[in-house]
Amino acid sequence: MTELKETKPVIDVRNTSKVFNIPTPGFEREYIAAVDQVSLKLYDKPAQIVSLVGESGSGKTTLARMMLGLTPPTKGEILYRGTRIQDLKKDAWWDFRRNVQPIFQDPFGIYNPFYRVDRALDMTIKNFDLASSKDEAVEIKSEALRAVDLRPDDVVGRYPHQLSGGQCQRVMLARTLLLQPKIIVADEPVSMIDVAVRMLFLNTLLDFRDKYNISSLMITHDLATAYYMGGPMIVLCFGRAVESGDIVQLLDKPSHPYTQQLLKAIPSPDPTQRWETRANVKITDRPLTREGSKCVYVERCPHAMDVCRQQRPPDFMIDEGHYTACFLHRDKPERSAVGL
Amino acid sequence: MMNAQVMTRKQRQTTDDSERLLDISGLKIWYRTTRGNAQAVDGVDLLIKRNEIFGLAGESGCGKTTLARGILGMTKLPGFVESGEAVYYTRVSDTSFVGSDLLTMPARQIRQMRWQHLSYIPQGAMNVLSPVTRIEKQILDAMFEHSDMSKEEARARMYECLEMVGLEPTVAKMYPHELSGGMKQRVTIAAAISLKPGLIIADEPTTALDVNVQQVILQEMKDIASQMGLTLIYVTHDMAVHAEMADRLGIMYAGLIVEVAPVIETFKEPLHPYTRGLISSIPVIGGDRERMVGIPGNAPSPLDWPSGCRFHPRCPKVMDVCRGTAPPMLEVAPGHLVACHLYPTPISGAAPFAEER
Repeated sequence: MTELKETKPVIDVRNTSKVFNIPTPGFEREYIAAVDQVSLKLYDKPAQIVSLVGESGSGKTTLARMMLGLTPPTKGEILYRGTRIQDLKKDAWWDFRRNVQPIFQDPFGIYNPFYRVDRALDMTIKNFDLASSKDEAVEIKSEALRAVDLRPDDVVGRYPHQLSGGQCQRVMLARTLLLQPKIIVADEPVSMIDVAVRMLFLNTLLDFRDKYNISSLMITHDLATAYYMGGPMIVLCFGRAVESGDIVQLLDKPSHPYTQQLLKAIPSPDPTQRWETRANVKITDRPLTREGSKCVYVERCPHAMDVCRQQRPPDFMIDEGHYTACFLHRDKPERSAVGL
Repeated sequence: MMNAQVMTRKQRQTTDDSERLLDISGLKIWYRTTRGNAQAVDGVDLLIKRNEIFGLAGESGCGKTTLARGILGMTKLPGFVESGEAVYYTRVSDTSFVGSDLLTMPARQIRQMRWQHLSYIPQGAMNVLSPVTRIEKQILDAMFEHSDMSKEEARARMYECLEMVGLEPTVAKMYPHELSGGMKQRVTIAAAISLKPGLIIADEPTTALDVNVQQVILQEMKDIASQMGLTLIYVTHDMAVHAEMADRLGIMYAGLIVEVAPVIETFKEPLHPYTRGLISSIPVIGGDRERMVGIPGNAPSPLDWPSGCRFHPRCPKVMDVCRGTAPPMLEVAPGHLVACHLYPTPISGAAPFAEER
């Protein structure tokens, strides 16, 4: 990862945690840290695609919601151009709303079924004053649709149920393109669309990076998708960032046992190379309460040591820019400053 | 459709009786809509062999689920079976088998068949469990419904099945909300195998699960299938899962099976352009990061399939003949059937059927 010290990150997540209160029978309270002291930075110059990978329940979506300002962090802070998201004043808030755009998982859930899909585009043009006349509005709308590989005739005037999931999802991309944001936060954008059209969506995100200089945070559970997108990657495990670094570097030398397990579990698209090892994951032991004083993966880890139960592992540097939070690598230098 | 039926007859000749488990021919399942019939499954011919894992792949809306449910006689209005048959062969003695058509069977009889012979693991299986009933009761009720086991027998068998899928006996006393997604999935598998069926149809059973859990479930299903000697029809759009699981793979597009082959063949040498598209759009870890194209265009509507070959509007190798004539399903290599005009000549020995056509 090329880290330019001069450029400031657009979004700076600093040691952020989100703790939820779980209802339990009786008076005792249980807490769960959905996101546990995660740090990450998103830059717009140069544009990059950062992947956030983890299983369900690892806090990916909670982190995304915090970055979009939809829910405040419990601890730590998330800065947008140097200001906490919660403290943004009117103009700065609109600037944030314009420059940080979400794409959600369910392409059908985000549209009102009673309205035509292009209303999403019309409202955007209206709310952000993007066009001065009706003709211009139609013009920029068509342009945005063409940029995401859609023919305006196929989409304009249609209702959500008349479009495929892939088309709906790309209309959302067209909407974000109208605004020319700095950052797109895409939460599992391809998990609900078909394999065949998945590539079109991913390619559009790549085009956004290369042609329009738009950075993305790509949240996914699929390491192969993340690899296709390239760029830096963060592996989340039960709310903690256990490994981070450039994706090629990281997948070349996966250092955290969790990442290794994740890699092994991916079915390979080659019937001559099937799984040789048995999965050793006990599905039953899902750590609910997460204590700060030990490694989150210790219950499932094949290399668990005493120290893992006593202390939270700090980040150790495997290579330049490649960090892992695992005591197996305690001979490596420890990272002092937080940040990706 | 003639060709397709010819093909089935041919398959019948090449496969001896003991291998044959389910013989589907000319199966059409349509849905009545206000704008005409949606021809979701439109002439499927398929032969499922005993003790195999048959993978069924295709994008959403191609009729996979309709086909899977149709075989089990679970087609509900507005869906209806337009024509065709699905003959299931039961073993009556060591050498003789009796076939019966699942689609024309009276409701009473198919109720007897279900669970004892045919089981189904539905899509989103974690949501099929009743939230207000203990796991134990849900499994036992189904067992009593479909067999005349005594209470003790059924209970013993239930614990046996829970153990087979790697669950603790204590799970039986729990409610679904106390279990994780993977555990609920295992419960449905345990229920599906409880009466030792001959055929299980699993419809996207691991789609909503994490990769780690998916691996566990897939490996377990494979073990159980080989231990119990049962046949598994595995429906999913995930080609990588098929590569891991299947013995033979059928590719479905627009209500038709377009390619059937042993899975190794399919991945080594996919013939149909659609299959090629599917395989080439799986992102792979490692190697050069090339821009992949996927399959451009959208899946056609079952209300109005394209003329000729249904894939022609999206096909990169489209020819004039594709627009007008539907390609017949031909055996172009041993065990490798494909319906595409690019491969017009069947292997020798399959010729007589051209005459019949």
